[in-house]
Amino acid sequence: MAVYNALLELADDHLVLGHRISEWCGHAPMLEEDLAMPNMALDLIGTSRTLYERAGQLEGKGQSEDDLAYLRGERDYRNCLLVERPNEDFAHTMLRQLYFAAFMHPYWVAAQQSSDEVVQGVAGKAQKEMAYHIRHAGEWVIRLGDGTEESAARMRDAVEALSIYVDELFDSSLAAQEAEAAGVLPSRADMRAEWDKTIAQVFDEALLAFPEVPFAQSGGREGLHDEGLGHMLAEMQSVYRAHPGARW
Amino acid sequence: MSATAKQTRAWEAAAAVPDPEVPCVNVAELGILRWVRLEGGVAVAGVTPTYSGCPATLAIEMSIEAALREAGFDARIERVLSPAWTTDWITDEGREKLRAYGIAPPEQAAGSVRALFGEVSVTCPKCGSTDTEKLSEFGSTACKAHYRCRACAEPFDYFKCI
Repeated sequence: MAVYNALLELADDHLVLGHRISEWCGHAPMLEEDLAMPNMALDLIGTSRTLYERAGQLEGKGQSEDDLAYLRGERDYRNCLLVERPNEDFAHTMLRQLYFAAFMHPYWVAAQQSSDEVVQGVAGKAQKEMAYHIRHAGEWVIRLGDGTEESAARMRDAVEALSIYVDELFDSSLAAQEAEAAGVLPSRADMRAEWDKTIAQVFDEALLAFPEVPFAQSGGREGLHDEGLGHMLAEMQSVYRAHPGARW
Repeated sequence: MSATAKQTRAWEAAAAVPDPEVPCVNVAELGILRWVRLEGGVAVAGVTPTYSGCPATLAIEMSIEAALREAGFDARIERVLSPAWTTDWITDEGREKLRAYGIAPPEQAAGSVRALFGEVSVTCPKCGSTDTEKLSEFGSTACKAHYRCRACAEPFDYFKCI
């Protein structure tokens, strides 16, 4: 059960962030980004699908990936708070992406040693995709941070707004701790050094400084979310809830 | 038909399926068809998705299954996640076909993340010049980026190294 819950946390992180960035589809400021956003969303949602399917198998109660994605309310979602933050502007969106990918890349590299064959398989692919996300989001953070007065100000606002959600990335819930002890998942805290290094490298070029974080906001792993997640899920789940069991 | 002949027939039927988004190469040349085994009377094909969220995965699996049935086998698909697909699995013939189709094949094995902002030099599939520039990190599908050749001015897709 602990492994099931830990895999759900991981799957929820990917689905929620994937859905968030898919909201840019058709609204991105230029064609290139209109292609990039849904492509990055596909990576994340694809990863979540395999993780949900695996979680359902391990739980053994016949829950499918659709059941897990579409039939749980926001209090049942266990994603970290960073990934559900609203898109706001491009500065927020790209910084959120960089923060997450800079965490997930070393995480998936380590997860290639997982005792679970499916996690191993996901890790092999996802670590390469996350390297791509770091590069894409990193380039934007640099372009905006070291850009115009306006873009630099927006980038600094994003850093100010999102940095309180960073520490939660490295906290392992009880379920995650058990899955880590069992060798299924790597320890989240171990990713800190690599994360700091990636962010320092990008911030240095972007002329940004990582702020003093007054307090670290957490709660996502216990199902305590911002109001926005409920709105997001309501939209994401509306078709499936109107047509339960629908397949496509 | 001998077991070996059947095995060959099943492999050839499955391997002939073209990729739905890059139809110039088939699933064997792309390296996503890993193996075909005969288990009892059933032909089982092992398929590895290119990307986590590749929307063509299901269509490819269904096409391979249909091709095997067409060739007279009961068929089943097994999705093989590990080891993960890499562009290194594209065969030499596949790379040549991509180039002829106007898509630059991947230049090198997946780069290290430390070389975050390092640019690879991509060769234009039309004129062979290496004087090219990246227009977009993501192209018409998740597996491609978009480039332009400065020498012949032709825009082209580049199959990303992953």
